Parts: sequence; C-alpha cells; structure tokens
Amino acid sequence: MITVELYKLVRRPRTWISIALLCALPVAVAVFIAVTHLAPPPGQGAAFLSAVVQDGSLYPAAALALILPVFLPVAVALVAGDSVAGEASTGTLRYLLVRPVSRTKLLVAKLVAVITFVLLAVLIVTLTSFITGVALFGSRPPAAVGGSGGLQPGLPTGGTQASSSATSISGAPLTVTQLLERVAGAVALITVSMLGVAAIALFLSTVTDSVLGAAFGALAVLVGSEVLVTLNAAVAVQPYLPTRYWLAWIDFFRQPIFWRDIQRGFGIQAVYVVVFLAAAWANFSTKDVTA
Amino acid sequence: MLAVDSVDLDVRAGDRYGLLGPNGSGKTTLVRMLLGLVYATRGEIEVLNKPVPRKVNEILPDVGALVEEPAAYPHLSGRANLRLFDAAGRGGSRRTRHQRIDNALEQVGLGGIDRRPVKAYSLGMRQRLGLAAALVRRPRLLILDEPGNGLDPRGIRDFRQLLIDLNAAGTTIFLSSHLLGEVELLCTRVGVLDRGRLVLQEDLAVIQAPTGRIIVDSPDAARAAALLNGRVEAREGSRLVVRHDDPAALNARLVADGIRVTEMAAHRRSLEEVVLEITSAGSDQVGGTRE
Repeated sequence: MITVELYKLVRRPRTWISIALLCALPVAVAVFIAVTHLAPPPGQGAAFLSAVVQDGSLYPAAALALILPVFLPVAVALVAGDSVAGEASTGTLRYLLVRPVSRTKLLVAKLVAVITFVLLAVLIVTLTSFITGVALFGSRPPAAVGGSGGLQPGLPTGGTQASSSATSISGAPLTVTQLLERVAGAVALITVSMLGVAAIALFLSTVTDSVLGAAFGALAVLVGSEVLVTLNAAVAVQPYLPTRYWLAWIDFFRQPIFWRDIQRGFGIQAVYVVVFLAAAWANFSTKDVTA
Repeated sequence: MLAVDSVDLDVRAGDRYGLLGPNGSGKTTLVRMLLGLVYATRGEIEVLNKPVPRKVNEILPDVGALVEEPAAYPHLSGRANLRLFDAAGRGGSRRTRHQRIDNALEQVGLGGIDRRPVKAYSLGMRQRLGLAAALVRRPRLLILDEPGNGLDPRGIRDFRQLLIDLNAAGTTIFLSSHLLGEVELLCTRVGVLDRGRLVLQEDLAVIQAPTGRIIVDSPDAARAAALLNGRVEAREGSRLVVRHDDPAALNARLVADGIRVTEMAAHRRSLEEVVLEITSAGSDQVGGTRE
C-alpha cells in the first residue's frame, strides 16, 4: 500500500508544481539581490539574507527561512489535507477500502507519502538554492565563512528572536562537515515541524470530505498560533503553540549550537504529531464512508 | 436518521439477485453496509458466511464491487488505475497481476485502451472501467450498485450477457437498480426496498407465475365472449381477459367452435406492476399531498 501511495504522489502533477513553486521563490529573491546588490543589512529582513551576499553556499539556509513561514506550510497542509478528503470526494476512497485495504494501513501509507513529500520539498529547495546561491554570489572556502561578518568567533548573540540572530552564523568558522551536519539538523527540525502541520491537516482530512476545509483548517491553526506567539498576554500558552519553535533551526547555525529551543521544538512537534495522528486514526477507523 | 430498517436480506450462492426500490429507499446504504463502508447500528450481516464488518478483510478479497458511480484517478490511464487498485490489495505476482488486468479490460470491452488519462474518458468508458476494477480479482460474489449507468443499449446487453456468463461459471451476483426491465431480464431473484424496509423478496419466477388469466386476441371476440360466458373478466375491442389455467385447452375449445385466434398468452404480472404496487414515491419526488 505504501508503494501505491508513493506512486500516486510522484505521478501527480500537483506534487511537482508545488515543489517547483517552492523553489521559485528563493531563486527570484536571489536574482533580485544579485541584480540590485540590495541585501538587507545584518539583523534585518529574512534570516541569513545579509550573509549570503558574502557566501552563496549559505543560501539554502536563507531559502528555507523564506519558504518556512507561509509557502511550505501551505503546500504541506494542502497535500496532507487532500490525502483522505481528496480520495473521499473523488470516490476512490471507497474503492480502495473494498479492495480491501485496512483503514489503519491506508492512514499509515498516507502519512508516509506526506513525510516523503515534505522531505522531497525541503531537500529539493535546499539543493536548488545551493546551486542558485553559489552561481549568483559565489562561494568562499568554508574556513572563511567566519571572517565575513566581523564578529568574534564563538559569540552567541543570546537572543532567541530568530531574525536578529542571523548575523551570528558568521561569527565562527565552520568546516564543511560541520556545515553539512548543521544543515542536516536544520532540515530535520523543519521536517518535524512540517509533520506537525501534516498531522493536524491529516486529522481534519478524516473529519471532512472537503480538501479545502482540511487544508485551510490546518492553516487557520497555524495563523492563530502565530498571532498568539507574538501576543504578550498569551505568554502562558506560548511554549505549547505549534509554531513557537519553528524558527529554532536557525540555532543550528550558532557557534556553539544553541540547543534549548531546538530540543523544545522537537518535543512540542512530537506531541502534536502523536496526538493528531491518534485522533485521525480513532476517527477514521470507525467512520462511515458515505462519499 | 434511520436509512435502513428491518431488512432481512437472503441471497443464496448462485443467485442473480436484483435489489429494487425507488430513489432514496436505502439501496446504496445497504450496499455500503454489505461492504463494511457504513456500520449498521443493529443487526447482523453475513457475506460469504462471515460476519461484516468484523471479518470484512477476509471477505472482500472474494468480492468485486461497484458502489454508485465508478471512481478513478483522473490523470492516470485506465490501465494504470487498475494496476493501482489491484496493487492496493494482496496477492499475485507481477505477471499474474498484469494478466488479470488485461483479462478484466477484455471482458468489459476495453481491451484496446491506450494511455489516455481517465479524465478524457466518456461516461460509458468510466462505467466499463469501474466494472473491470470489480472483475479483476475474479470474485465469487459481485456487488454492483446501478451497474448499467451510462451504458448505451448495446453496452447494457453486452454487460448483461457478461454477468449471465460469469454467473453460469459460479459467480453470485447481487445488484441494485431502479431499471425494472433490466432486472427482469437479468435476475433470478428480487428484493424490493421501500423507505428502508424490505417489502418483498421472492424468486422472479414466482412473481411472474401465471395469474390464472389468459389474454385472447380474436377478430371474433364477440362470439368468443358469448361462448366463454362467465369466464370473461374484461373485453376491450378484440381483446378478452379470460379466467382459465390452460391456454392449450382454451385454444382448442375456441378453434373447435370456429373462432379465429390471432394471439393468446397466459397473463403474467410484470415486475413493474408488482413493484409500483408495493412501493411509495421516491425521495426525489416532492409532492404536496404525500401521506
């Protein structure tokens, strides 16, 4: 069943169109910066953007920071929200179930397909933005990364506000291995964060037969969470909001790595994933399939 | 809302069973219950001697089903769709899978389909593809909901013959329809649903048994009526309705008296008469004077 779902994923034009769009935004931003040389000054604008002018090989980090707040969650919510509701609304769900495919197996296969989509999207964006960055801004030897920003090596900025910490990546030299490890760590945290979104959308997808209902429902949760994250009065609930530690992956690029928020990010997303997948399973396994 | 109530369905192995009933009488809900898509709140369902929904995953591999309209992944070809649905279930090497898909397509008259995606198919082709999907596993039991939808007269006749052939080879057939004429031609046993209740279940031969009346058409109708005085129930032009059990004896008597007979047939009730008599208007008809 997993093979079937993966086949459906890769044969579906939407998968590749959405990944292409995800890649297009960072490319467009890079072209604008390369043409105008108007990169945001350090500490302003999207994370890492000021640094990439110095070193194009850092552009994947900037690209992920660009697509993370809106584009990536939208794509993930759409794919996950479509996974059950889409099959229900086209009627193929009932034909899968009478094959028979057990409902649990179907849900697991859907989940694997969504995870694959997230990984595929993040990796392809990372790869294309690396190529774009190196092509447009050139790359320096990794050892020289530290020199560009003019900050003292090993000095953490102390703030947890992601956008202001971008300059600290240039604070210390990173070896190629270190850089790769940190990119891998960042990709892992982003993927897990997107799985949180996917779990919510997948749950809603088992509740409604409307793809848009499920996708927008999940996005509404994220937007609501974003509003509360910036609201001082909501400080009591902030540590439990799904988007609270979304940008903690930037801490992978500090020297030394600032682990606290990263660990909390993984933890809170794990809770969201487990709770909403359990809810999705409980709902779907006893549901009357009338569509 | 109770969609189906007190239905005591009795389908025997080898039957060609037709489930009839007006729109909204619960046919589709009943079919979904048989397939474990919708859960009955009370009562027991057994299909192929096993309880539904508890053993549904053991039952369904031997069942082919078409539930309401057919459904397929629109951007894939018909063959790719069948491969996906077939691969979702267990069993069979790659070669046998390809073989049985080709067989099923051949059976429904789609042997020559090309790589065009299903979204370019006509309604009739989609219906044939849906039937092929039901036939792929060479099921012991076929559960078909409105199988004739979208087929032209030739398609309907081909399909009827296919079902009769499959039945002769040992497949039990259960279909729901509101096309009485079609059921009359195809089925050996019928059940009639009305507002969620089974109001009739009988062998077609019994329903259509001679009513003890003979219809006589004769240019000498007046003389015939005089001769058979007392047995004639109605006379309309050259047609007489005569209470009599034996057409041959009646014919001999008329001819012996020099009465010419153009037509003579034992009167049988049509399925339409029987069904319309015992069912109410469908749920799609909203009159002001119901009840």
